Amino acid sequence: MTQADRFTGHDLSCIRAERLVFQGVGFDIASGGALKLTGPNGSGKSSLLRLMAGLLRPASGTLAWNGGDPADEPGEFRAALRYLGHQDAVKPALTVAENLDFWASLAGARGDGTAALSAFGLAALAPLPARFLSAGQRRRLALARLVAAPGRLWLLDEPTVGLDRASVAALEAAVARHRDAGGLVVVATHTEIALPGAAELGMERFAPARPAAA
Amino acid sequence: MLAGLAAILKRDVRLALRQSADNGMAVGFFVLTVILFPLGVGPEPAVLARIAPGILWVTALLASMLSLERLFAADYEDGSLDLMALAPLPLPLLVLTKCLAHWLLTGLPMVVLAPLLGVLLSLDPAGYGTLVLAMALGTPVLALVGAIGAALTLGARRGGVLLSLLVLPLYIPVLIFGVAAIDAAIYGTGARPHLLLLGGALLAALALCPLASAAALRQALE
Repeated sequence: MTQADRFTGHDLSCIRAERLVFQGVGFDIASGGALKLTGPNGSGKSSLLRLMAGLLRPASGTLAWNGGDPADEPGEFRAALRYLGHQDAVKPALTVAENLDFWASLAGARGDGTAALSAFGLAALAPLPARFLSAGQRRRLALARLVAAPGRLWLLDEPTVGLDRASVAALEAAVARHRDAGGLVVVATHTEIALPGAAELGMERFAPARPAAA
Repeated sequence: MLAGLAAILKRDVRLALRQSADNGMAVGFFVLTVILFPLGVGPEPAVLARIAPGILWVTALLASMLSLERLFAADYEDGSLDLMALAPLPLPLLVLTKCLAHWLLTGLPMVVLAPLLGVLLSLDPAGYGTLVLAMALGTPVLALVGAIGAALTLGARRGGVLLSLLVLPLYIPVLIFGVAAIDAAIYGTGARPHLLLLGGALLAALALCPLASAAALRQALE
């Protein structure tokens, strides 16, 4: 990877349903770097990821992708971005391979997804309709998307939900390869996942001060 | 970019063909409802011929609305819409592609079936060509305008009812000019102005509706 990327956020705050979820969040990740979001349920890990992806607008603060606001150059930012949400976005009526190919071609990737499926142990299931997959297998299919269409910035929301030990190891390996190639990764999780040298952002620190109960 | 849009078209058509319930139901509704009219109004050809254009258009409006509720809902519920909104494609073009897929699966079959149902309603022979032309111009407008309603009602409970309240008033111009075109062809007063107006409505809808739907989708995903 020739290009060094940098993704930063400064003084971000987020309002959901007229409630301040967090305030004053800042981060700075460079190529090869990782950021781990931790914190109790409802502390705004998912909201921060959606905000980073550009699905949510910050109530205040700024994001910068290589120095520019992602909202100004959405095409360039989205070409680099791979987002994994809570939901797997797997269509039960399509086969495993068709599901993967659709997302890969939407992201502008060419070629077949066999390697991506193998990385998560799904190669044998490729011709099977996705309705027969278990929850963990669906999650692995969603993860295979990240590998099928390479992007430089991965935003992963609870990627290990439903995964067995071997699949978590496969995910850790995929993240390590991604970072070795100069990629950036942000992971929201409350399970153990090996991210060597990752910065940690504890979301509970940014909760707004609650007015004392009367 | 074209490859991405083609992928969406291919996926939507494939999904619809594999789980034909949604789109097939709309076309089935169109056929069955039209068939109910000769049974309800009576088989008098003169009466049926007089109201045939109106029956065909009103039923097409209702059928199109029924199927639109699911245009974005399935993708919204399983998280696909998040990812589509984050794809490096302009969201309005993505909406346009989804509308095209929807029209191919519901609008086009209705355009093809309308003349057959016209026979059932003793539609005057002079009206068939205009019927097909008016439906071909009008049904895409229904899909495009309906997409705005479908995007606005995402996540709402009882979205279907809300969708009809939002969208049906906007369908009225298509109904008026669609029926007027067929009547004009039958009575020999010239269908051209009506068809031109329908064409104009189609061009305006093509330009404006994807932008409005995309804005509503972004709102829904916040």
